[in-house]
Amino acid sequence: MTPILELDGITKRFPGVLANDRISLSLEEGEIHALLGENGAGKTTLMNILYGLYHPDEGQIRIRGQVTRIRSSGDAIRAGIGMVHQHFMLIPVFTVTENVMLGDESTKFGGILDRESTAGRIREISTTYKLEIDPAARVSTLPVGVQQRVEIIKLLYREASILIFDEPTSVLTPQEADQLFGIMRSLARSGKSIIFITHKLREVLEVADRITVIRQGRVIGTTTPQDANMSKLASMMVGRDVVLEFEKAKARPAEVTLRVQNLKVLSDRNALAVNGVTFDLSGGEVLGVAGVQGNGQTELVEALTGLRRPVDGRIELLGTDVTHATPRQITELGTAHIPEDRQRDGLVLSYPVTDNLVLNTYYLKPFAERAVLQREAILGHATELVEAFDIRAPSPLVDVSTLSGGNQQKVIVARELSRPIKLLVAAQPTRGLDVGSIEYIHSRVIEKRDEGVAVLLVSTELDEIMQLSDRIAVMYRGQIVDIVAIEDATKERIGLLMAGIHPGQAGAERAFASSQGFA
Amino acid sequence: MTNAEGETKKAGKSALGIFFEEVSRSSLIVPVLAILSGLLLGGVIVGLSSENVYTMWAESPIQAIGNGLKAAWESYVTLFSGAFGSPAKMIAAIQGGDGLTIRRAFNPLFESLVKSIPYIFGGLAVALGFRSGLFNIGVEGQIFMGGIFSVWVGYTFTGLPAFIHLPLAFLAGALGGALWGFIPGLLKAKTGGHEVINTIMMNYIAFRLTDWLLREPMKRPGSTNPISPIIADSARLPQFFQDPIRFHLGFFVALAVAALVYWFLFKTKWGFDLRTVGANPRAARYAGMNIVKSTIVAMSLSGALAGMAGANELLGVNHHLSQTFSPGYGFDSIALALLGRNHPLGVVLSALLFGTLRNGATRMQAAAGIPIDIISVMQALILAFIAAPAIVRTIYRLKEPKKAEAGVHVRGWGGS
Repeated sequence: MTPILELDGITKRFPGVLANDRISLSLEEGEIHALLGENGAGKTTLMNILYGLYHPDEGQIRIRGQVTRIRSSGDAIRAGIGMVHQHFMLIPVFTVTENVMLGDESTKFGGILDRESTAGRIREISTTYKLEIDPAARVSTLPVGVQQRVEIIKLLYREASILIFDEPTSVLTPQEADQLFGIMRSLARSGKSIIFITHKLREVLEVADRITVIRQGRVIGTTTPQDANMSKLASMMVGRDVVLEFEKAKARPAEVTLRVQNLKVLSDRNALAVNGVTFDLSGGEVLGVAGVQGNGQTELVEALTGLRRPVDGRIELLGTDVTHATPRQITELGTAHIPEDRQRDGLVLSYPVTDNLVLNTYYLKPFAERAVLQREAILGHATELVEAFDIRAPSPLVDVSTLSGGNQQKVIVARELSRPIKLLVAAQPTRGLDVGSIEYIHSRVIEKRDEGVAVLLVSTELDEIMQLSDRIAVMYRGQIVDIVAIEDATKERIGLLMAGIHPGQAGAERAFASSQGFA
Repeated sequence: MTNAEGETKKAGKSALGIFFEEVSRSSLIVPVLAILSGLLLGGVIVGLSSENVYTMWAESPIQAIGNGLKAAWESYVTLFSGAFGSPAKMIAAIQGGDGLTIRRAFNPLFESLVKSIPYIFGGLAVALGFRSGLFNIGVEGQIFMGGIFSVWVGYTFTGLPAFIHLPLAFLAGALGGALWGFIPGLLKAKTGGHEVINTIMMNYIAFRLTDWLLREPMKRPGSTNPISPIIADSARLPQFFQDPIRFHLGFFVALAVAALVYWFLFKTKWGFDLRTVGANPRAARYAGMNIVKSTIVAMSLSGALAGMAGANELLGVNHHLSQTFSPGYGFDSIALALLGRNHPLGVVLSALLFGTLRNGATRMQAAAGIPIDIISVMQALILAFIAAPAIVRTIYRLKEPKKAEAGVHVRGWGGS
């Protein structure tokens, strides 16, 4: 049988980069084909070519054996290709029906929107694939997992037969991800073909029929879950053997370093983003803060580092009240902060590596003597750290904007960890990094823990939280639902907590189901 | 790219090829070509606005175009001889040996420098603001405030020795400008009121304040014109030569201040604060810098520099306050700071260019009857080319700049 989709020798060059190098790939009808690769491996470029956003320099695309030129996303949709983007393309104040109709409105009497017939089709699709969607619901009221299903419905409504899922689980709780996998399987059973883009090994093994690994723009190989395992896939993806299970000694917590009591913090939109958070963090332990993105973690970190004023509660650092302290006071008390958005908050991109490495110590000796910057001391410091933290830069004097994401993050890590610190607040420290950099940063964080530093690790990657933490605090809607010791933490338990369900609660499962729109 | 890599990459090319590639990638090439393009297009406009072109057109279009070219050529000759003086006259004067004749022959050159001084101060004011992430449109108003403060000190106190009176009057000018920068700085820092709007408004307040002061409290006794009394001799910036050369100490003060601004911005921790806030305010806050303080300090310093431009003009050239002592130095300064890439050295060079053009244009108007406004057109063209480097790069088929040099105007200049 002819594959429904064939990519044949696709090559795409950007100035100075070969993003896709003769990539060939075939997708059978009714298959879930995972495209596995690190950030920057060329997955997204390839899919943008398939979706008509880029044009390949060489190679061709065949759909059901026919050579097809896709010049725009319109062409792609007509060819039956649909994409579920990482960031949803939904209008929150519209209903499900209205969102699905958008761009393809069915009308009656020459111009009046025909919501009824669309809603009927949505109900049909929803029943066929067990999507459980109410067409009349307003999108803003739906949980993220359900919003994603609205995206899927949009594609099915347009009768797409090839569905591309771009990192679909990055915004989901583990339970929501499981539901998504169920939906993907049922779509495949009814003849839809799916390309599943991800960098998460576990998911690939769980849901894919075939797996193609790409690295540095090239296809490394295609395999099946039966023939592969986690470490084999990881080494294909990275190009060398990778330690997946992180070895670390048991924590030896010392005295309390950070004490947070009934903390309340407003978001930019003046909503209570952190609503009464209380916890203690001791030196020598890692407290992981898990949670789906947007449940108050950002505001919590900003309050702890002095960037946002709490409206209520108390923060105590080594016995000092720092509830209303400035960022500099908090830094000087021995706090290191790896910010969530490194380019926006952690670096001055137009500055050289040297200046970025002294961004919060430039005014202290030996970097400044009586207000005059000591260029030699700053350069010496940078040279040392570039060496010690393995920052790949041609020289410490190049602008930090010219470095790769992983090396930019190493600049921040080097700056923050090379100071004498008592508390490390690390927010999404490995987001978007390659496996090598992730390993490196993880080992540095644990190294600091073993030196007696108190570590607060905020991450939406559950794997990262589970690997590094000694205790896990789960945040949901601005509150800490529970704090679980690592020995008692399972993915399922943390996942339920991330959805706001306390397992001890009566009828937890039912509450979970209704929160997911299953009622 | 490391040097070694660069060398191997270049090995295959001729030396000339490498030279052109380096030149075309360098960051200086755009301003230089922008200036050339501005002059060229300015010439076209001079030609087009010449009457001779149109009267000849019916008879012979070729002759008409020739007339246009001739008009453009002649006006540029007068422009540059007006700006630099005529070499023939200089030689003749030196041979003649008469002091006054020599001074007259060299006067255009010195006058260009004199005209550049307020541009240096004004350009530094704008550049310092830009570097700190602030767009100070209020330089013109701050120049007037500097003028008011320095002239008042200049004519009110008498009997002081010059080494006290002059610095006092000059610093009073800086203070006046600083005050006019401080207010919008404070509004920006405390309330978020945008400095562009507020500095424009402060300009009008300064202009009308000047009008009122010159009609009432600061009016020169016995005069019917709205002008202030003349400042005491002890408050004047000393001139180095006799009439008609007006070249005065202010030029060297300006150069010293430019060096000081460079040192402050790039060599001190305070400058690091301001530049970081300008380049990435969020990262600055993260790094513990005080954005409120930095905004107020930057606007006040910027205003102080602008105030010095006003003080310089009145203490060095005019010696009294009038409503027209600044022909828009403050607004031109915005353009020249951009041309100078907000770097003190770049500002000094562009200020010399602007001063030269202004001075030449004055002579051009007198000699060739070309309106002085053509210079404003040229400045506008140069600025347009600077603001849209893509145009220049396309016209002259230049290579893309190195990545690190992209987005230079307000950010960039890493500071090492």
